[in-house]
Amino acid sequence: MAESFDAGTRERVQKLALMRCNAGPRDKGAWETRLKEELTALIQYIQLNKETDMDWFTIEPRNGGLGWAGKCWYIHNLIKYEFDFQFEIPATYPLTAPEIELPELEGKTAKMYRGGKICLTIHFKPLWAKNSPHFGIAHALCLGLAPWLAAEVPYMVEAGVIAPKV
Amino acid sequence: RKGALGKLGSRSRMEAPELSIERNTPGSGGGGSINRAVELTGDLRRLQESVEQLDAGQLQTNVQQLALSVQSITDKLQATLSLLCAAPAAPAPNSSAGTAVPGQVSATSTPAGVAVRSRINKMSAEVVDSNPYSRLMALQRMGIVKDYERIRDKTVAIVGMGGVGSVAAEMLTRCGIGRLLMYDYDKVELANMNRLFFRPEQCGMTKTDAAAQTLSGINPDVELESYTMNITTVQGFEAFMASLVDATTGQSRVDLVLSCVDNFEARITINQVCLELEQVWMESGVSEDAVSGHIQLLIPGETACFSCVPPLVVASGIDERTLKREGVCAASLPTTMGITAGLLVQNALKHMLDFGHVSRYLGYNALKDFFPTMEIKPNVTCSNSHCVALQGVVMLRKQTPEAVAAARAKLEEELRVEAEVPVHDTNDWGIQVMPEPAETSSIPQGDSSTEKGMGQQLAAGLEFSMPAQQAVSAATLQAEGVGEIETGVDDLMAQLSALNRK
Repeated sequence: MAESFDAGTRERVQKLALMRCNAGPRDKGAWETRLKEELTALIQYIQLNKETDMDWFTIEPRNGGLGWAGKCWYIHNLIKYEFDFQFEIPATYPLTAPEIELPELEGKTAKMYRGGKICLTIHFKPLWAKNSPHFGIAHALCLGLAPWLAAEVPYMVEAGVIAPKV
Repeated sequence: RKGALGKLGSRSRMEAPELSIERNTPGSGGGGSINRAVELTGDLRRLQESVEQLDAGQLQTNVQQLALSVQSITDKLQATLSLLCAAPAAPAPNSSAGTAVPGQVSATSTPAGVAVRSRINKMSAEVVDSNPYSRLMALQRMGIVKDYERIRDKTVAIVGMGGVGSVAAEMLTRCGIGRLLMYDYDKVELANMNRLFFRPEQCGMTKTDAAAQTLSGINPDVELESYTMNITTVQGFEAFMASLVDATTGQSRVDLVLSCVDNFEARITINQVCLELEQVWMESGVSEDAVSGHIQLLIPGETACFSCVPPLVVASGIDERTLKREGVCAASLPTTMGITAGLLVQNALKHMLDFGHVSRYLGYNALKDFFPTMEIKPNVTCSNSHCVALQGVVMLRKQTPEAVAAARAKLEEELRVEAEVPVHDTNDWGIQVMPEPAETSSIPQGDSSTEKGMGQQLAAGLEFSMPAQQAVSAATLQAEGVGEIETGVDDLMAQLSALNRK
């Protein structure tokens, strides 16, 4: 995972709307504005994916946007592998990025921490820090989860530790 | 009583360990009973592990029978212990503020350390073999510390009970600290055995429980509070803050917070909590390559906060592509961690007991044996509004007549101590020391002055190291930022839901 983001990812992330409101879940009033921005950006991201035939996740807020969950999938050798994912918004968001978890894959790859938290590439956190607070959930998915799936799913398939959901 | 567990369902895969509880036969002596007590604790733990392997179907019945057995064993254990000590060994208070792990039989026994000595109410300086504080109290006679016993009134919170935190906790315990609050959500694993403190038989226990067990045995005079929780979530943040605060006064009830965590998110969380509580804290860290460490003292408003100085990779504009690192596991050495913990606790003791010089920053480079020190002043343009506000407050506080008088008195005292011995008998060249000019305002670190028009003037030959260009300029934000949003939150959530279904 020492290589930087591939051209496709870089091109995609530039199309995502940047967040304008610097507010975290503990900033009572402003959080609602930020939440609206996050939802808008996510809606735009998903619509873009569908238009370009690159739809790869669904997501829903929980608990007023303090937590999020959804499904993501990756197609390897014409077979689709789907996983549940979830994460909580940290108290010091957006300075700190959310930690995305895929609990069903815990233990199947070394690139994962306890609880199924995916290990992001060495590039993710510095990029987030540079752009904070203007990166949001859409960016975390695009720069964090997507590259992780692209790297780990083929590896896990070869290793025989995952099977497609029938 | 053998066979107490024999009735458990035959479908279970558990092998009931034999538990025979002997009476204290005359002549077996106190040592034998202590060993028995330790063995029983071990058995209890093995029982717990066995229970976790039971069939789900039988679990309910087994749990009930087990709880009964555990209760009777605990009673006998306490009876045995109370025969030995004047005061019965109190199990470490366990106030978990996080969610309980489902399926774990917490039953009636939290792992308690077996106290080998009874509690001591007042520290004695008596030099006898049986006084655990004799060598510490001797610091007074050595003229190093005044009134060492003040340490019994101190409360320290240690966040992160890993390689550095657990060692720091042990050191403070052995020093006789009054109260320790320990925070960690992790469990002890074999991979932790390359570091000090935790033992293989504690694998599977939460780090806080294991630490409480060990520490209560070492020094029963220390009040221990364990918190098995993740402080970075919104819920955890609030719980963490609440645990540090005295409910009646609303002020912090700890003298010091020690950050012994291993990630940026947790440090930022601690930074935020300490700024909001105006709590002095110390941060420690060990590098991923295990050959360097550092400690820092952070006084809200007076020193830099953790957000004042951005991470190196952001400030120096290093392209993250140049970072090369395969694999996800950091290296660690017990030596580096022990040294870092030692530096941390040493600094903490000096701060709490007011002796020696408290370093604001102390680094350790193991390869060269290099120990750099420095002071980092707060950033007047820190991105954290609490920090900036506190800088103003602290500055005003220093300017009150009382503060100025106190500062002058301290300086005079230091000069008096220095002046007691003349440094030079002669002064052939007539060298004189001129008084220093008055201090001007601090120069901020990492200030993008050209962007923000702060107008900070630098002396010739100096320049700011932070790149003037922020990654996301106002223009970019205008062009690529999400626009004005008219729709309400609920409508947006509904839209998102609709997309998920298509």
